Parts: sequence; C-alpha cells; structure tokens
Amino acid sequence: MGHAWDFATIFQNWFALWAGLKGTVFIFLITVFLGLSGGLIVGILRYAPSRWVNLAARAFVEVFRNTPVLVQIIWFYYAFPILTGIETDPFLAAVLGISLNTMAFSAEIYRAGIQSIDLGQWDAGKAIGMTYNQTLRRIILPVAIKQVLPALTNRGIEVFKMSTLASVVGYVETLNQAKLIADLNFNPIEAYTGVAIIFFVVLYPVVQGTYVLERILRRGDQ
Amino acid sequence: MSEIIRIENMHKSYGDLEVLKGINMSVGSNETVVLLGSSGSGKSTLLRCVNFMEEPTVGKVYLNGDLLGSERDGAMQYKDTELCRLRSRIGMVFQHFNLFPHKTVMENVMEGQIIVLGRDKAEAESKAMLQLIRVGLAEKALEYPSRLSGGQKQRVAIARALAMDPEVMLFDEVTSALDPELVGEVLKTMRQLAEEGMTMICVTHELGFAYHVANRVLFLNDGAILEEGLPQDILKLPKTKRMREFMEGHSLFKLPD
Amino acid sequence: MEWNFLAVMRDFDLLMLGLVNTLKITGLALFFGIPIGLMLALSRLSTWRIPSGIAAFIIEIFRTTPPLVQLFWFFFALPILVDIRMTPTIAAVVTFSIQSSAFFAEIFRGGILSIDKGQWEGAKAIGMTYPQSLRRIILPQAIKRMIPAFMERSIELLKTTTLVSTVAYADLMFQANEVAQKTFRPLEVYTIVALIYFVLIFSVSQLSIVIERHLAKSGEGTVH
Repeated sequence: MGHAWDFATIFQNWFALWAGLKGTVFIFLITVFLGLSGGLIVGILRYAPSRWVNLAARAFVEVFRNTPVLVQIIWFYYAFPILTGIETDPFLAAVLGISLNTMAFSAEIYRAGIQSIDLGQWDAGKAIGMTYNQTLRRIILPVAIKQVLPALTNRGIEVFKMSTLASVVGYVETLNQAKLIADLNFNPIEAYTGVAIIFFVVLYPVVQGTYVLERILRRGDQ
Repeated sequence: MSEIIRIENMHKSYGDLEVLKGINMSVGSNETVVLLGSSGSGKSTLLRCVNFMEEPTVGKVYLNGDLLGSERDGAMQYKDTELCRLRSRIGMVFQHFNLFPHKTVMENVMEGQIIVLGRDKAEAESKAMLQLIRVGLAEKALEYPSRLSGGQKQRVAIARALAMDPEVMLFDEVTSALDPELVGEVLKTMRQLAEEGMTMICVTHELGFAYHVANRVLFLNDGAILEEGLPQDILKLPKTKRMREFMEGHSLFKLPD
Repeated sequence: MEWNFLAVMRDFDLLMLGLVNTLKITGLALFFGIPIGLMLALSRLSTWRIPSGIAAFIIEIFRTTPPLVQLFWFFFALPILVDIRMTPTIAAVVTFSIQSSAFFAEIFRGGILSIDKGQWEGAKAIGMTYPQSLRRIILPQAIKRMIPAFMERSIELLKTTTLVSTVAYADLMFQANEVAQKTFRPLEVYTIVALIYFVLIFSVSQLSIVIERHLAKSGEGTVH
C-alpha cells in the first residue's frame, strides 16, 4: 500500500476525540429518547379514531419522513430562527431535526405494531368496561411495543449514525473532531479509519443483538 | 435386457448419522422397481442418490454401463458438469411438484430442453406438446401452474421430466401430497409409462400400484435392503418380521376381499 | 419578518441545477450499486468461506458505519492511499454506490433465500447448473418479492445523497446553501428546497405504494 500508517497522532489527540465521543453519545441519548417517546405519542395519534387528529399526525409524519434529515437540521439552524425569533445553536438545531425525524419514523413503527394486534383484544377490553385509553395503555401497547422492539432498535441504530450530521452545523461530535485532527496532523486516513472503527465497534454488537432479540421474540410467540 | 442403473455398496452419512448402509441394487431396462419402507428407512435418500441430488459418501453408480465419476485415492470424485449432464439423462418427479410458478405449463416443459439440452424453441415446443398429450394435459398448455389441481400439476411435472428423453424416471412419493381423489390420475399416468416400457424407480406408499405395476419390489429398513423380489411374493408373503409389521400397518383399513 | 420568495425565484435555475445533480448522483449510485449488491449477495451465499467472508465484511462495514464517515473517508483518506485525483463527484458516486450496494445485497440475499428450496431441486433435477438455476428460475421469482424493499432503499438513497453537499458536490442541498448565502434569505430558500425534496420524495413514495399494491394483487402466492 506504500503508506506508513500512523495511529500515534490519533492517540496523542485523544482528548479532542474524547470530547467528540462525549458529544456523539450525548446527542444520541437525547434524540433517541425524544424521538422514540415522541414517536409513541404520534403513533398513537396516527391510530386515533378522530379524523382530524389522525390527519394532523399523518401530515407531521409525511413531512418529516419525506424530507432528508440534513435538510431538516439545516432548516432548523438557519430558517427557524428567522421564522420564530428563537436562536438555535448547533446542538438545538440538530436535536430538533433528528428528534422530529425519528419521531416520524418511529410513529409509523408504533402504528404498525398497534395495527397488528388482533381486534379481538380491543373487544375484550371494551367488554369488561375499559375505555379506549385504558385498553390502549394496558392491553394493546404492552404487546405492540414488544413486537416492534427490533424495528425500534434498528431505528435507534440509525439515530446513532445520524449524530454525524450534527457536525455539518458545527456541533462538536466524533466526526468533526476527527476532521480537526486530520486537518491539523495531515493524517486523514488514520483519523477517518479510526472514526469508522469506533462506530463499527459500537454498533456491530447492537446490530447482532437485534437479531438475537428478534429470535427471542419469535420463539416467545410459539 | 440391459442394465440401466447399477449401484454398488452405497453408503450415505449425514455427519454421524448413517442413512444408507451398503446398498447393492440393479435396475434393468423396461423394469419398474418400487422401493418400500417406513420413514427413516433410507428409501428417499437412495432414490435421490441415483441422480445425485444427494452425493453418496461411498459407493459406485453406473448408468447404462458407464461408471459415474472418477476414482481417486479410494474415493469417488464427481465433477459438477458431469453431474449436470447425468441429471439431464435421468428424470425426477417430486412429492411437491416443484413446477416453476412464473412460467406456463408449456414453458415449464420446454425449459430444460432449451437451456440444458440446447434444443431450439420450435423443436422444444413440439416435443413438449407431445408429452403434454401423453399425460393428458394438452389443453392446459398455456395455463400457469397455480391454476391447476394437484394431480394436474404432478402430471405436468411428469411431462417436464419426460421431455428430456430420460433413460430412467425416478418418482419420489409423487402421490403423497395429493388429495385422495387426485391420486388415481397420477398413478394411471405412471402405469401407462411403465407399460410403454419406461425404466422406473418409484418410492411410494401405494401398495396397490406396487402389486399391479411393479416388476420388482425392494423393502428397505434402517438403511439396508431387507427383502427383494416379485411383488406377488413379497407383498403377500413377507419373510421378515419387520416387513410383516410394515404390511400390517398399511393394510389395517383395506376393504375386505 | 416578511416572506420574500421573489429573491429566491430569481435563482431558481441554480436550485434546479442542484436538483438535476441530486438525481444524477442517485441514478449513478443505483446504476452501480444494484449490480454490486447482487455480486455481494451471491458471494455471501456461496459455500466458499473466503468470498463469503469478504462479502459479509464489506456488507457489515458499510451498513454499520455512518454514510458521512464513509464519504469523508473516500474523499479525504482514499486519495492518499491510492494515487487518484479525487473529485467530489467521484467520492460521491463511489461512496453511495458501495453504501447502497451493501443494503441491496441484503435485499437480494433475503429474496433469494425466500424462494422455496423445491425450486432449486426442480431446476437441478433437469440438469441445470447453479448459474442457470439462479438466472432462469430463482432470480425471476425473487425479484418480484424484492421490489418493495428496493424502492424503499432507493428512496432512502435519494435522501442520503444530501450528504454530498458537505464535500462541495453541487447537489440541491449544496445549491440551497449557495443561494441562501447569496440572497441572505435562508428562511425562504431552505423552505422552498425542503418543499422541493418533499414533493420529489413524496411522489416517489406514493408511486412505490401503488406499485406494491399492484404486485400484491397479481398474486404473489408460493405455488409449486
């Protein structure tokens, strides 16, 4: 290959990389929490019997699913402050973009899960005098959420990967710290290969875990 | 009568499990041989080893006097191209038909002729028609398999195998997956083939077919041939206890004579 | 704060140029990605351990690492490793061809594996070789099943190409940045661009739903 690999400088700059990693994990935790829990609410609204609620939720989902998440982040960073007068720093813009995007995608996952529950379950709840909300909360959701856990985990993995997009608006996370190191030390190969390895090492076990999760769930159904 | 298939000392193991334990078998031209046995006896495995759908662990196979494969260091080696050519000379019909759902009946019967035998489309078409007439399904030529009954699908599968002009036909429990009232039409087609002189090896549970159509019956048990002979002798007067049990199990609900 | 779309409309042709480039990159990525994906899938399915292992490695790496990291690697790191003149276009096409091929490989593999084993047997029994069975019997049946997943992945690809704006490829996102800076009207520019993306992607999504429904109707039963 003719290139002298030099990971030493990477390790020398570990402080910068560490700051980046913390940034990545932090924004991941926030966006995945907001995205998956907000998505649950939107998903429930998508399934709601009221037509207007349903439609409003549908509109939200379609807008945030059919536009690229980078466009959303940039819109929140540059356009949103002008519209609302609220200043969005890189963190806020990225959180808004990624969370809303995730909410839209996970809403559909939850909705599919709820829809897959046998209608007889609703009847059973109704027959013992439960309200719609009680039936939803106590009978339908526990089963529905369990069934869509693999899909939600996949979404979580996507959210983790999306954290790199926050670098585009200047949020301090792993990728742009790597870029910093690469630009200062002229070792892009080691820097970017290092980042790729970090992401791979973190996510690969999670991906494998999802397969195991799927298998466990499938076996539980039998 | 020449020997079409000869099997010498065939063993087949899947890991530690030995399914065929030294089979010697010979099938002559125009013969119809039926393989009987309970599940696990190895009869299907033996059949599938004849056209190398499964590869035997040990043993020699001769087709029309030609030894298949080459011997090296005491073991038999087989080349993929040789096996493909072999399978084009032997016809096989499956329990679950395995018709190609994205092709019409006619296309199913033409496929092997064009792709494997290299016949041109016109020749393949006319030969396909001939076989479809032979199994009584000419009018279904342009239908898709999903529109056919089980018995019809199986007869198309037979026509597809026959269109390759095979030297021997293998039938692997071809009526086991059919509704009872559709079994008859398939057995009738098979009997017709036997009477026309086709060399056939059949794995089946249809004892009536074995009795009336087979020239020879082989009873397999635990990977070996336990009894062998004329159907009239074997089926009416089983010599071993195991075969007696087998016959009793199969005749429990037969109509009284 | 007042909306002023006129300023943006004057530079609409710049945005359209970006749109064309977005479609170009997506098209090229699909053009290379699908065949590469098929090759990866077939390697992954093969019984020889080395090709299967290499394919699995490539597939896992490109599915598990973020696309932006991949893009940066190809744009900044590769030119040092391999002596080629790197342009945004090359980086974009190479990155997204391979990235999408990893996902397509899994779709192909799933589709091929979903075909009943009996079909392989039927083809084998009349003497077909592995490539013949694959080409004439297995893939034609598998492709019909894979179309929904393919469409979904292609739409994802369309969205992911916005990343090429970070390496200065003049796609719609990049042009949006340019026009926004030029006109000092980020609100209008980015809203319009978001709208353009929405219309484009929503239409393709709806189209794919129609196609899916049509396929489901034409009977996708596993017939023997």
